[in-house]
Amino acid sequence: MSNRIRSARIVQALAVGITGAAAVFIVAAALFLLITIVIRGAPAISWEFITEPPRGQMKEGGIYPVIVGTLALTLGTAAFSLPIGIAAGIFLSEYAARGRVTRLIRLAISNMAGVPSIVYGLFGLALFVNLAGFGKSIIAGALTLACLTLPVIITATEEALRQIPSDLRQASLALGATRWRTIYKIVLPAAAPGIVTGSILGLSRAAGETAPILFTAVAYYKRQLPDSIFSDVMALPYHIYILATQVTDRPIDIVWGTALVLVAGVTALSVLAAVWRSNQRRKVRW
Amino acid sequence: MRAPFIAKWRAGLLGRPVTSRAADGLVRKVIALNGWAAIFILAAIFLFLAINSNRALGEVGFVAMLTGREWYPTIAVPRFGFLPLLAGSAAVTVTALVLSVPVSVAAAVFISEFASGRVKEVAKAIIEFMAAVPSVVYGFVGLAVVAPWVQQTFSQPSGLSALTAAIVLAFMIAPTIVSISEDALHAVPNSLRQGSLALGNTRWQTTYKVVIPSASSGVLAAVMLGMGRAIGETMAVLMLTGNAAIIPTSLFDSVRTITGTIAAEMGNVVQGGLHQSVLFNLGLVLFTITFLINLVADLVLEKQRRRWQR
Repeated sequence: MSNRIRSARIVQALAVGITGAAAVFIVAAALFLLITIVIRGAPAISWEFITEPPRGQMKEGGIYPVIVGTLALTLGTAAFSLPIGIAAGIFLSEYAARGRVTRLIRLAISNMAGVPSIVYGLFGLALFVNLAGFGKSIIAGALTLACLTLPVIITATEEALRQIPSDLRQASLALGATRWRTIYKIVLPAAAPGIVTGSILGLSRAAGETAPILFTAVAYYKRQLPDSIFSDVMALPYHIYILATQVTDRPIDIVWGTALVLVAGVTALSVLAAVWRSNQRRKVRW
Repeated sequence: MRAPFIAKWRAGLLGRPVTSRAADGLVRKVIALNGWAAIFILAAIFLFLAINSNRALGEVGFVAMLTGREWYPTIAVPRFGFLPLLAGSAAVTVTALVLSVPVSVAAAVFISEFASGRVKEVAKAIIEFMAAVPSVVYGFVGLAVVAPWVQQTFSQPSGLSALTAAIVLAFMIAPTIVSISEDALHAVPNSLRQGSLALGNTRWQTTYKVVIPSASSGVLAAVMLGMGRAIGETMAVLMLTGNAAIIPTSLFDSVRTITGTIAAEMGNVVQGGLHQSVLFNLGLVLFTITFLINLVADLVLEKQRRRWQR
């Protein structure tokens, strides 16, 4: 009997050790990735690198137009995906009755989140570039990325709205406000932190995507900044791909530097959003 | 004096309520329309891929493409056989899963069952960072770090192979598998754990006899979603597999995946040409595969969620 107990304890210790080692391994890999990018990318970062266009067949100079291109694409993505995504989230949380239709919509949303990004690229090429006639452009890329970001924004909005207690809604309705007025004046402001955070997470992911903009928005090399939403642009993720695979004899520093700028931008946004949300949460308690 | 006012108000004839109510109705319709966006877009994706595949389906034929063993899209008499590409995707995906699933599920078990609150939070935040890193960055780090390692360790002529891509993919899908498995384990009610511990089981015995079996379908769904990720992953795979369109015989062979083919070739095709149409058809095949995987995983997850809701 005591033997069985002892062996069970040994197995328990082993199990904790082994699963713990697995967790440590994954966390260590993530930290290795982070530290490698920072250490190898940092030497390339300078004021010139951020503010100058690439020169000498992209082997020298900076990445200014590349950063601007990614910003333009991301802002465009926000312009298309936020209104639709937030409206869809409001629909699911505030209007839709629980039933077959909402189940189908939810299923479609989570399925959309798993559609490969290259498939969105093909879709954007067929619909926005060719059929709508936008050509390779910021607007075509932004619309494509908006489709990809939509599930994240819808889910974030719905979850944020669901956390608002129904007392607030009922109080507003009891005062004679219409449903929309209640949502617009009471529920949405209360849910704003959650919506903003989720949206930023979705948008920062879109900023790092390459495959969807491959055929819809990016230019290999473009010295001047985009002058309208119908011009093509350079973009950070695509620039990394090009530098890493097609530009030979380049100083490897500039690839790491570009990767650092992209990763820092993407994660800084997410971290800021998360911190802001937890501050807001502390302020408001239901 | 007041009665007509109330009557008017009731009938909604006074300024503010009238516009307000009209707005309410209109907004409701607009919002409901947006609610359907996900279904519209999914349907549109399928439709546009299908329309653009039309020429390939007519001129080459679906069965001929699916069973063709040769992919030479640019020679005089082009061959559009998908088998090498399907085999490439399968080799990379299966290897990535074999490498990633045991470690990721074990990590999820540790985070959900054994880690203290603080450790749990830190581990989750770091794994979240891992998920936020763009795939092209994984591809580049793979080129700089993993490919040379594979080349040296296994003394291969080139570091670009199915194995290299699979190793990097294994890390890329780990966050998905860990976080969804962890959710599933975490959702198991504490009463089950307490009952098992009260009967004298150790925490590990409780975990593998009670918690893991209860969460097994959720863990399975996590693995499936990881698989969907791996099949659909494009940039890292494009950069690391070496892109030779041959049916691989070893993991050190260079392979070309479905996604890599579309990404590499779509930029160089004639607009409206046969090659372009074939690539759209390849996209349709990819979309169908991931759609089915995600659908099954979502249904499993939903069932699991309902089970603990009562």
